Amino acid sequence: MPAPMSRSSERTPIVPPPFMMGRPGGGPGGGGPGAHFMRPVEHAKNPAGTLARLWGYLRRQRLALIFTALAVAATTGLQLAGPYLLGVAIDRYILPGDLAGLVRLCALMLAVYALTSLLTWLQTYIMAAAAQRTVAAIRNDLFEHEQTLALRFFDQHAHGDLMSRLTNDVENISMVLAQSVTQLVSAVLSLAGTAAVMLFLNWRLALVTMLTVPFMMLFLTRWVGGRTRAGFRQQQKALGKLNGIIEETITGQRVVKAYGREQAVMAEFDFANRELRRAGTQAQIFSGFIGPLMNFVNNLGLAIVAGAGGWMALAGLATVGTIAAFINYARQFGRPLNEIANLYNTIQSAIAGAERVFETIDEPAEVTDAADARPLAAVRGEVVFEDVCFEYEPGVPVLKHVSLRAEPGQVVALVGPTGAGKTTIVNLLTRFYDIQSGRICIDGQDIRQIKLADLRRQLGIVLQDTFLFTGTVMENIRYGRLDATDEEVIAAARLANADPFIRRLPHGYQTELSERAGNLSQGQRQLLAIARAILADPGILVLDEATSSVDTRTEKHIQEAMLRLMKGRTSFVIAHRLSTIRNADQILVINHGEIIERGTHETLLAQRGFYYHLYQSQFRADGRGLAAAEEDRKAGHPPAPIPVGIAVGR
Amino acid sequence: MSATRRLARFLKPYRHWAVLAPLLMMLEVAMDLMQPRMVQRIVDQGLARGDMPLVLHTALLMVGFAAIGAVGGTGCTVFSVLAAQGFGADLRSALFAKVQSLSFGNLDRLETGRLITRLTNDVTQVQELVMMMLRIMVRAPLLMVGSLVMAIFTSPTLALLFVVLIPLVLAVVIWLINKSHPLFSEVQRRLDALNTVMQENLAGVRVVKAFVREAHEIGRFRKANEQLMQQNITAAQVLALNMPLVMLILNSGVVAALWLGGVQVKAGSLQVGQIIAFTNYLTQTLFSIMMVSMLTMRLSRSEASAERIQEVFDSQPEVVNRPGALAEFAPRGRVAFENVTFSYNGADAEPVLKNVSFVAEPGQTVAILGSTGAGKSSLVHLIPRFYDVKEGRVTVDGIDVRDIDETALRRQISIALQESVLFSGTIRDNIRYGRPDAGDEEVIAAAKLAQAHDFIMSFPDGYDSMVGQRGVNLSGGQKQRIAIARALLMNPSVLILDDSTSSVDVETEARLQEALAAARRGRTNLIVAQRISTVLSADQILVLDNGQIVAQGPHARLMETSPIYREIYESQMER
Repeated sequence: MPAPMSRSSERTPIVPPPFMMGRPGGGPGGGGPGAHFMRPVEHAKNPAGTLARLWGYLRRQRLALIFTALAVAATTGLQLAGPYLLGVAIDRYILPGDLAGLVRLCALMLAVYALTSLLTWLQTYIMAAAAQRTVAAIRNDLFEHEQTLALRFFDQHAHGDLMSRLTNDVENISMVLAQSVTQLVSAVLSLAGTAAVMLFLNWRLALVTMLTVPFMMLFLTRWVGGRTRAGFRQQQKALGKLNGIIEETITGQRVVKAYGREQAVMAEFDFANRELRRAGTQAQIFSGFIGPLMNFVNNLGLAIVAGAGGWMALAGLATVGTIAAFINYARQFGRPLNEIANLYNTIQSAIAGAERVFETIDEPAEVTDAADARPLAAVRGEVVFEDVCFEYEPGVPVLKHVSLRAEPGQVVALVGPTGAGKTTIVNLLTRFYDIQSGRICIDGQDIRQIKLADLRRQLGIVLQDTFLFTGTVMENIRYGRLDATDEEVIAAARLANADPFIRRLPHGYQTELSERAGNLSQGQRQLLAIARAILADPGILVLDEATSSVDTRTEKHIQEAMLRLMKGRTSFVIAHRLSTIRNADQILVINHGEIIERGTHETLLAQRGFYYHLYQSQFRADGRGLAAAEEDRKAGHPPAPIPVGIAVGR
Repeated sequence: MSATRRLARFLKPYRHWAVLAPLLMMLEVAMDLMQPRMVQRIVDQGLARGDMPLVLHTALLMVGFAAIGAVGGTGCTVFSVLAAQGFGADLRSALFAKVQSLSFGNLDRLETGRLITRLTNDVTQVQELVMMMLRIMVRAPLLMVGSLVMAIFTSPTLALLFVVLIPLVLAVVIWLINKSHPLFSEVQRRLDALNTVMQENLAGVRVVKAFVREAHEIGRFRKANEQLMQQNITAAQVLALNMPLVMLILNSGVVAALWLGGVQVKAGSLQVGQIIAFTNYLTQTLFSIMMVSMLTMRLSRSEASAERIQEVFDSQPEVVNRPGALAEFAPRGRVAFENVTFSYNGADAEPVLKNVSFVAEPGQTVAILGSTGAGKSSLVHLIPRFYDVKEGRVTVDGIDVRDIDETALRRQISIALQESVLFSGTIRDNIRYGRPDAGDEEVIAAAKLAQAHDFIMSFPDGYDSMVGQRGVNLSGGQKQRIAIARALLMNPSVLILDDSTSSVDVETEARLQEALAAARRGRTNLIVAQRISTVLSADQILVLDNGQIVAQGPHARLMETSPIYREIYESQMER
């Protein structure tokens, strides 16, 4: 059975039956342990504000809400009528033996019950739709807003956390809206209604009942509740610790085995496991007490009503029918108190979830279009950085006073050690982040003055790790330009040298790619990314060469395709291949966030600076030194090895 | 329920509690069942005859029954919790120990993420099931049968109503379960579809932004969201019928009992108190039926968890110590492969290594080169016996690794794995992971050798810096160097670096290699590499292609004799 079914059914509002002298099935504690075990009670920071926001969404379902409110009030009233009519039936018709009257009353009761069922059904039916529409709207808003957020946001939040907001948190809100709210309203109404009817029926018996049952119930929930909460907190802590150990160990299981640490890990696990058992036992025992103790109070209430009622009946202060009615009212009176306590926790959790959702929606879109942003049509491709400074985190500068100029059509190679700032330059050009000071211009225009969409449309980006979406190969290439025809897609694939391998796939261009595209090699994925960029036909290119080696044939294909792609476009390449670097019009050597050297391969070597050093360090392992390599080259020997990775990095 | 039944063995140590809990629950149910009977006595005997002492006496009796019931109920809670918690802890512990005994091959198949779920969620599910079994699963059926018997006892004629009511309730519940099951499966499918859109959007956020495809993504999401919403509504609306229908049947039964009872009261064959008691039993019976059917659905969910757990217990470790395996082992470090063929899966699977033979002499550095998927990692994983060969043999100092105790072997053969996993704790703890008793000087020496000392000292807490979620942020290259220090601290006879410098920058890597070469003192080094610079100075280079050694020898000779080596070499070069 899928989860939603059992969960919904456990929480389906239970219309109190007319006669109940024992808790149905498991009673209040029944579904409890599971729900508690997994989800600790959370507390919202600003419940009022969050509720107001939720109301903004709910308002759109006004008609459904109004109907549901009326229906809840009506069903609560009708539920109160049940036991009352029962009392009447006994006193007025059964005891005197008025069968004709009994038939009439039975018909009336049947009508009341039928109406109750009908209204309950309608209210659940309508509220289900209203709740689902509301959460769908919240989900849409959340997702749409996330699309406007800058990369910084995605860097700072774990994907799992963002996913859980969109699913678990929203799911929680939905459940509370669909069920808990109506349950709460119904509980409060029936509490007041029961008290009123009891007082009306027989105030003496009502007082006796009301003084005992609810107070005991309240005491019980408080006493057990307090201990349970403390227990669950401890249990949650122990569970978190144990799960942390499990996750870490299993993730590093191969290291554990490689170092023969199985016994040590098991000892650590057993310690945490024992702690969880201890905390869990305490929490579960106390929470488990709620059920039987509630049952006890109910039975006690029954005894009081029967005893006191019986005494009053003999004293002429009550009738048999009244006792029958009170037996049910007494139970209805205790039930909502416990329900309200439970619902409070559920609703708190949901509000805390809603708070997280709204927090995301409120996240300011860091990079946005300026009010006077201009469109950008075709570009010539002149790119200028003027004294650009940037930091991801305040106080940790990543780029310091970087200035550079790329003429239209030039190839600019970015070279330097890991973490030097190469990728950051790319991130700033595409405006994934905004700079703190300085200016970046394309064709003389500050990129902050250009419409973001237009800017990015003119920039083609091929990243190291090609991301493919679920869909066909055709759709994945078309991601570069959504209105491209099939012919255009195929033409782009041909230029990217991707066509041959695509045709060898089981369904050619219609082959479905899986989420992480396990069915393609890394090289093939890169070819698809190049095809995507060719199709997009950008004015400026940003390429991140792959560091890991692919097989030699694919490697050649990739290089060829990249060259074709770069032809006639200004290209920034985070370079890892010597060929790319040698062919570049400009090499920018970046270290610690600064451009420390610039020039061509030859001029930089002649400078005998950082680049020279970087270049030469590749040969140390060879023991031959740079001079020998250069001689080899001039003499027509294969050139000395420059590893894939004169500038390792991502 | 077979998987669940097989897990029942973990309940054995707690069988006394597991028997006691249902017994106490029986007591509670029995006491509950007495209550309507007592009300009936008050009405029919006390009130009808004006017998005040009987009324009070009976009321006191009710209090007594309630108290005894409470003892039963709370007692059941205590014992069922003790049994379930003990069961859960033992199961978890056994499962964890089982995972520790598994070999790499098993781990590959079971998958990390799914193993974690099994140890956490699935165990919790089954533990909850045990608790339910001992309480609600006892209570609901008992209450059902008990109420039915009491109802028949109270009034056999009225009890004829059950002939109509029970089948009706059952029909409604079963019909709804059947109808809603496929609907909710579809909800799950659509939820998965929505998750996929979201997941891809997050993972591919740079691509989305680079190609300005936000609107397209929103469109995709809206469509998936709309489809999920529609299905959710349909499913919830079908389920909305459940309670109203059951309540209608139940209440109709009550009204029918009232009317039939009224007729019999007039005829003098029934008393009012009996009607009151009967309607109570009737309600309880029907409610219990519903409860039992709901619980049955719940059981199928736990069964799925039990099956997943049982699957782990059923996996047999592929690598086990032979009887009489060599427990003490201090090799010089001569590693030899003799016609080794290896595949990850069954015998008919395509071999990953085919007929591989080579010898690494003590003190030699052997580099293994080849493209992704050529079999480099597979090859080195055979030396510490992470996997067993299919054919041929791997020997260390001439002894087949299968004849050496696993722990003794791995103490001598240290490997820095491709993905450098660190554990939460200090950097010091991580470096001495394999030898917790190592002194500080040794730790520092290993870190210096691995070119990790300088960056470690740049942290405010040095070697005491915490690693992990709440600790310092380590780059990929830094993690790799700590992993190498960890391997070096073992002071192994054979050191294997499995592409473990891929994120280290070239300069540092060159220094690392120099240091390793200088400090090797007769240690055999095996280095798996992607970069050609890493392999240049090796005594021997093995070029792997498609699971076979296609060239073998030092750099200079390979340049002359091996076209493949030259091709790899030149592919990274300008032509």
